[in-house]
Amino acid sequence: MWLGELSLLILSIACVFGFLIVAARAYTPEYAFHAYLFAAASLATAFGVFARYQNRDAAAAPQEVSGKPNYNYGPIKFGSAAAVVWGIAGFAVGCIIAFQLAFPWLNFDLPWTSFGRLRPLHTSAVIFAFGGNVLISTSFYVVQRTCRARLAGDLSPWFVILGYNLFIVIAGTGYLLGITQAKEYAEPEWYADLWLTIVWVVYLLVFLATIIKRKEPHIYVANWFYLAFIATIAVLHLCNNAAIPISLFSSKSYIVWTGVQDAMIQWWYGHNAVGFFLTAGFLAIMYYFVPKRAERPVYSYRLSIIHFWALIFMYIWAGPHHLHYTALPDWAQTVGMVFSIMLWMPSWGGMINGLMTLSGAWDKLRTDPVLRMIVVSLAFYGMSTFEGPMMSIKVVNSLSHYTDWTIGHVHSGALGWVGYVSFGALYCMVPWIWNRSKLYSLRLVEWHFWLSTIGIVLYITSMWVAGILQGLMWRAYTSLGFLEFSFIETVEAMHPYYIIRALGGVLYLSGAVIMAWNLYKTIVAPETEPEALGQPAFAAAE
Amino acid sequence: MSLWNKHAIFEKNSIILLIGVLIVISIGGLVEIMPLFYMKNTIEKVEGVRPYTPLELAGRDIYVREGCYLCHSQMIRALGDEVERYGHYSLAAESMYDHPFQWGSKRNGPDLARVGAKYSDEWHRQHLADPRSVVSASIMPGYPWLARNELDVKHLSDNLRVQQIEGVPYTAEQVENAAIDARAQASEDHPGAKAFGKRYPTAVARNYGGQPGRVTEADALIAYLQMLGTSVDFKIYDEKANIR
Repeated sequence: MWLGELSLLILSIACVFGFLIVAARAYTPEYAFHAYLFAAASLATAFGVFARYQNRDAAAAPQEVSGKPNYNYGPIKFGSAAAVVWGIAGFAVGCIIAFQLAFPWLNFDLPWTSFGRLRPLHTSAVIFAFGGNVLISTSFYVVQRTCRARLAGDLSPWFVILGYNLFIVIAGTGYLLGITQAKEYAEPEWYADLWLTIVWVVYLLVFLATIIKRKEPHIYVANWFYLAFIATIAVLHLCNNAAIPISLFSSKSYIVWTGVQDAMIQWWYGHNAVGFFLTAGFLAIMYYFVPKRAERPVYSYRLSIIHFWALIFMYIWAGPHHLHYTALPDWAQTVGMVFSIMLWMPSWGGMINGLMTLSGAWDKLRTDPVLRMIVVSLAFYGMSTFEGPMMSIKVVNSLSHYTDWTIGHVHSGALGWVGYVSFGALYCMVPWIWNRSKLYSLRLVEWHFWLSTIGIVLYITSMWVAGILQGLMWRAYTSLGFLEFSFIETVEAMHPYYIIRALGGVLYLSGAVIMAWNLYKTIVAPETEPEALGQPAFAAAE
Repeated sequence: MSLWNKHAIFEKNSIILLIGVLIVISIGGLVEIMPLFYMKNTIEKVEGVRPYTPLELAGRDIYVREGCYLCHSQMIRALGDEVERYGHYSLAAESMYDHPFQWGSKRNGPDLARVGAKYSDEWHRQHLADPRSVVSASIMPGYPWLARNELDVKHLSDNLRVQQIEGVPYTAEQVENAAIDARAQASEDHPGAKAFGKRYPTAVARNYGGQPGRVTEADALIAYLQMLGTSVDFKIYDEKANIR
């Protein structure tokens, strides 16, 4: 048995007992349930490591097979499948809470189904479960291919992908049971945060070690973005989640920051979860999959250098635009606004670099719905990175803030940009890693594309109208100088738009279900001979 | 051309690239966050803001647990219509003991920064159990379980202790008596009422939940809601002294 296997085996067995003790002394049954989950995961790890030890070859998997890198696709396969499953779950919960806002009886008067617990489930499921699995699996794929080296580590890539999904399960079940620290997009409690920290450090190490053993002299631009995403998310996560638990046996903790400082740190985190999780990471996907699918080199090398450094420098400043006209000091609001507006430039620089990569290949948009999906994602990226700077201007924000305009803005970025570029990457990568010559059906991709595009349009237009309408109603005065509308009248006015939005969501969800079916049929189709593939195929990892 | 070639140092050394990234992303955060901890005018000087009582803190924890912040802000912006609708704009000082802050980002329902003392306890009880029984067009979920669930006060001292470590000025006596103070504040005739009044002179003790002899989660949440935004007396607040 190798040292890594042995230590992980001993550690996981020790963890089983540790977590059982915590479960026995837990303050609440909810926390005990999580301790049991951790114990079960530790036990499964111990069994898994032992079973693998018994079945594997005596020698480690070779770095190269007949002169070509022996790429490790196992964890990537798991991650892509998990992304599809979580994506559908996350979109479905989104549809439920959208209908809850139109028809409040759908909350069922039960704690586990009420809006306040389901909304973090939705946001975390789509951002961290769907997006996170896409990011981890594509990064493991891209870093191997662009470095021409097998993924570093033996158990560690599996630890990253399985550990990350355990974090998702802990976070998601926690929300339903009322375990949250009430910081948007950072709701998981202290122990889930600690676990994610461990997983994330291993992720960084696997990624860096693979780059270090690369066969290519240069680090490809996609990997700069992945690296910036991994490193920055680590910094954000550690600072924003600094908390002290009230006991080892309680899920409850209190954030160390207070009031106005906590607000600033939260939105420094929150906006850069957008900037680095939902942007830098997915731009890395763009820099690999657009040139690959279009079979054209990246438009401009110099633009990609400027794009990279300008984007990561400016994004970090943009947080205070979430706190305009609040008790945050004015100087911080103004600095945040100025940088948010400037951020428009590097954002569009990146979009232009992606779109112009299609020079000479635009005709492919007619025949290849996968490429079309990726290109439309860039168009949505351009749209929401114009809308964002506009909404960060204080006067515009005074109207848009607290309304559904923000929700519409988020979703043009999330559904249009992040969603589409992820779907595109999955449609490309699934046949490649499962060694299939093509997707099961391009017609189904067409259906996916059009259904979800109509869904997005319904979603964002209804939220624009709803948001601007409500913002105007809040500030409307009668000729006698009184506020014209009571708050509840502005809520009633939202009803039709909430229904349209929910229907848009349903269309988007149906598109994702079609994708799941298409990818499933692709995977179960017979394997193609290595020579028949456009992509050079190498021996599968396991 | 030569400058572009110099970029190769980042493209050929992963550790240098990583360090470069960490430096570039640190600047903005440091400039925006660090001054908030040492610039004295960040938090206004104002009388009246006090730490939460154990019952209010337990209520706040329920507010956090149920995700109320996802639909209700607690931050009245310095805009004419908001001040008219909700009251004086929120001060940073009013959330100086808030771990975590609950300013919110979306108003599916109205702002709650100054909801305290606007409605009766009875209104809150009915509204939490069945919002549409008092506001027919409301889209708020019902929270009938709050009035059913006994409030768990057993570990409240732990909660106060951690807040004390984090800088909330609780006394050792307040930490130690958290459980009994929570019970005392939730009734009109508790034997500990006098001691509670001494420890929290400006807090109000009464039967918020309306159920005789029981301290439920509804007691705690309503006690919290009823004190929101009530600690500063804006009749004597000197706005000009706190211009930032």
